[in-house]
Amino acid sequence: MSAPAVSKGGGGASGAEPILSARNLVKHFPVRSTGLIRRQVGVIHAVCDVSFELLEGETLGLVGESGCGKSTTARLVLNLIKATSGEVFYGGKDVTALSPKQLRTLRRDLQIVFQDPYASLDPRMPVNEIVAEPLRIHDMYDKGGRELVRDLLRTVGLKPEHGNRFPHEFSGGQRQRIGVARALALRPKVLVLDEPVSALDVSIQAGVLNLLDELQAELGLSYLFVSHDLSVVRHTADRIAVMYLGRIVETGPAADLFERPGHPYTQALISAIPLPDPRKERARERITVVGDLPSPADPPSGCRFRTRCPKFAAELTEDERRRCVDDIPELVGRGQGHPVACHYAEQKVLI
Amino acid sequence: MTAEDVLAGGRPEGAAEPVRPSDPVLEVSGLTVGFPSEDGMVQAVRGVDYSLRGGEVLGIVGESGSGKSVTSLAVMGLLPRTAKVSGSVRFRGRELIGMSEAELNKVRGRDISMIFQDPMTSLNPVYSVGYQIAEAVRAHHGVSKAAALDRAADLLELVRIPNPGQRLSAYPHELSGGMRQRVVIAIAMANDPDVIIADEPTTALDVTVQAQIMQSLQAAQAETGAAMVLITHDLGVIAGQADRVLVMYAGKPVEIGTAEDVFYTARMPYTFGLLGSLPRLDRPSERLTPIPGSPPSVVNMPPGCPFTPRCPLAIPLCDEREPELEPTTDAGHLAACHRSDELVGKSPGDVFTTGVADTEALAHFVEESEELA
Repeated sequence: MSAPAVSKGGGGASGAEPILSARNLVKHFPVRSTGLIRRQVGVIHAVCDVSFELLEGETLGLVGESGCGKSTTARLVLNLIKATSGEVFYGGKDVTALSPKQLRTLRRDLQIVFQDPYASLDPRMPVNEIVAEPLRIHDMYDKGGRELVRDLLRTVGLKPEHGNRFPHEFSGGQRQRIGVARALALRPKVLVLDEPVSALDVSIQAGVLNLLDELQAELGLSYLFVSHDLSVVRHTADRIAVMYLGRIVETGPAADLFERPGHPYTQALISAIPLPDPRKERARERITVVGDLPSPADPPSGCRFRTRCPKFAAELTEDERRRCVDDIPELVGRGQGHPVACHYAEQKVLI
Repeated sequence: MTAEDVLAGGRPEGAAEPVRPSDPVLEVSGLTVGFPSEDGMVQAVRGVDYSLRGGEVLGIVGESGSGKSVTSLAVMGLLPRTAKVSGSVRFRGRELIGMSEAELNKVRGRDISMIFQDPMTSLNPVYSVGYQIAEAVRAHHGVSKAAALDRAADLLELVRIPNPGQRLSAYPHELSGGMRQRVVIAIAMANDPDVIIADEPTTALDVTVQAQIMQSLQAAQAETGAAMVLITHDLGVIAGQADRVLVMYAGKPVEIGTAEDVFYTARMPYTFGLLGSLPRLDRPSERLTPIPGSPPSVVNMPPGCPFTPRCPLAIPLCDEREPELEPTTDAGHLAACHRSDELVGKSPGDVFTTGVADTEALAHFVEESEELA
C-alpha cells in the first residue's frame, strides 16, 4: 500500500489555500424511453458549468431548492457520480480522471455524511462495525482500530458501551452522529455534508450542528455543506453559493450575501424564510416568486430564473428582457462586492 | 341559482347562529388519546385543553411524536376505531366526541375542514381536481354539477392557480406539489367552514413555494373568516401567522400564550430550548443551545414532568409530580413548569449548555491525528 499521494497542506492555519476546487462541472443525465430498446429521448441538465473553490478550514454552503443540482454537485466532487465534463482538483490531482484504485486512496481524505441516517447505516451491522468498516477497507484496523472506534464514538458524544447495539436502537440524532464518526475514522481533510440535519427535529439538529462546529475547530476540517435550509447554512457556512436549476447564481461570504443579496432569486429565497420572531416576521418585505421550478430537461434559454423572476416580470422593459432571454448571465462581480449571475443585479436589504 | 348564491345565502336551516368574534367556536377540554399496543397503552395525547375564538389563528408546535397531529385527528373524528379517545370537543357548543359517523360527516368539510401535510396522498389520483372540489361543494349543498364546477373554478382562482378554468380537468399528477396543496386548500374552503385545521401544510414543500402556500392560506382565511388551527414544527411559520401559540411536549401542552408571550418571554425550559436551538437568518451565528437527549417514549410513562430527563433546571420535585398548566405573570399565558418563575429575564444560553462533543475524547483524537501527520 502506498502512502496517500496527496500533499499534507502545511498546517492549515492560514485558511487561504484552496484545498479543493471544481472547474466547469457539468452533469447531464440521459432520459430514456420505455420499452425494449431504451433509446435516449432527452437530457436532464442537472449541473451546468459549476465552479467553486473550497478553502482550507472553511465551510462552503451550497444552498438551493430541491432539484437545483446541489446534491449532484456534492457527489460529482467525490466522483460518486461521473461528471459529463469538468474537473475537480484535490491536492494537485484531477479527481474525475483517477482510476478506481487511485480513488480509493483519495477517499481517506474526502469523506461524506449523508442526509438520511435511517438509510445510510447498514441495519444488520453493529455500530462498532459500521465505524470500523472504513478502517478495515484501508487495512488500518489492526493497528489499534478497536481503540480508535471507541474514541470516535466518545468524540461524537455516544457511549462506547453502546457499540454493540444496532442502528435501530438509536434515535435519529444519534444515528447521524454515528454517520459522522464513520466519516471521521480515516481522519479526512474534507467532509462533504449532504443535508446532514434535514431529517432531524430542531432540538436534535442543533446538537449535530454544534458537534460539526467543534470538530471543525479542533480538527481543521473543510466542509462542503449542502442544504436547502438557508438558516442552517447562514449559521454554519463561511461562504455560500446559491444554486438554481443547475447553475450557481450568486456566491459570496455568508454575512455579505445575506446583508446585500444581488440576485432576485437569492432575494426571494431570503425573504421566503420565516423568522422565528413575531415582530420582525410580520414587518418584513416579501419578494415572492411565482410558479414552480421549470423542468431541468428543458431549461429556459438565457437566464434560467427568468420564467419566475419578479424583476423580469415587473420591472424590466421589453428591450431589457431580451438580454435575459438571449444571454446567459455570467457569474461575475457587478458592484455587490461578490459575484452575481444576473444582468440587472441590484442589491436589496431584506433583514 | 349560481354557486355564489348558495354560499352567500347563508347556512342551511339547523346550523348554529353566527357567533360573535370573541366567542369560542371550538373548545377542546381534557382530550386524551391512547392506542393499545403489546407493550401497554401508548398515551399519544394526555390531556389537551384549548379554545379557539372566531377568526383566530392558533399555532400548535412540537417535535415529531409530541401528539400535535393526533390531537387534530381526534377533533375531526378521524382516528382508527382502536384508538381510545376521551374528553370533550365542542364545536359551537355541540359535542363531537361520540357523535355518529353520519352526523360527523355533516360537520366535516362544512363546519370544520382539514388540510393535510402531503397533497399527493390527500387527493384522489383517479379524479380530476375540478371533480374533487365540486364533490366537496355538492356534499353539503344541493347544487347542480355545473354550478359546483363554477364554484370550483372560483375557488382555484382564490388560491391563485393560473388559468383556473383549464386546471379543473387536470389530474393531481399533472400538478406540482405547491399546486396540489392549493387544490387541497380550495377543497378545505369550499363550504365556507368556521374552522380550518391545517396539519403541517407546507412541510413537504420548498421555501419559495411555502411562501406562496402561506399566502393562499391567508387568502382562504380572509375569504371565509374561519378560525384556523395551524400545526407545524416550524417556529418561523408560527411566528408569522399565529395569534396564539400552544407548545406540546409528550402529549401535553406545556405552554400557551400569545405569539409575543411565547417567543419573547417563554416560561417553560422546553420552549426555551426550542427557541435557542434554531439557527437564525437575521443575525450572525451564535452558539446554538441543543436540548440534550431525545423525547420520551409515551408508553408506560413514569410520574413527574416528562421533560425532566432533558431539563437543565430539574429538581427532585420534577420527578415526583407533573406540573399543571398555570398562569404566569399574565393570566393568558400559561406554562407547565415548577420553576417557571425563575425563567423571567433569562435567555436560552443561560439555561442550556452548548457543548456536545466529548472534549477529552476529541482532544485525544486530535493528538493522535497530529502524530500520524
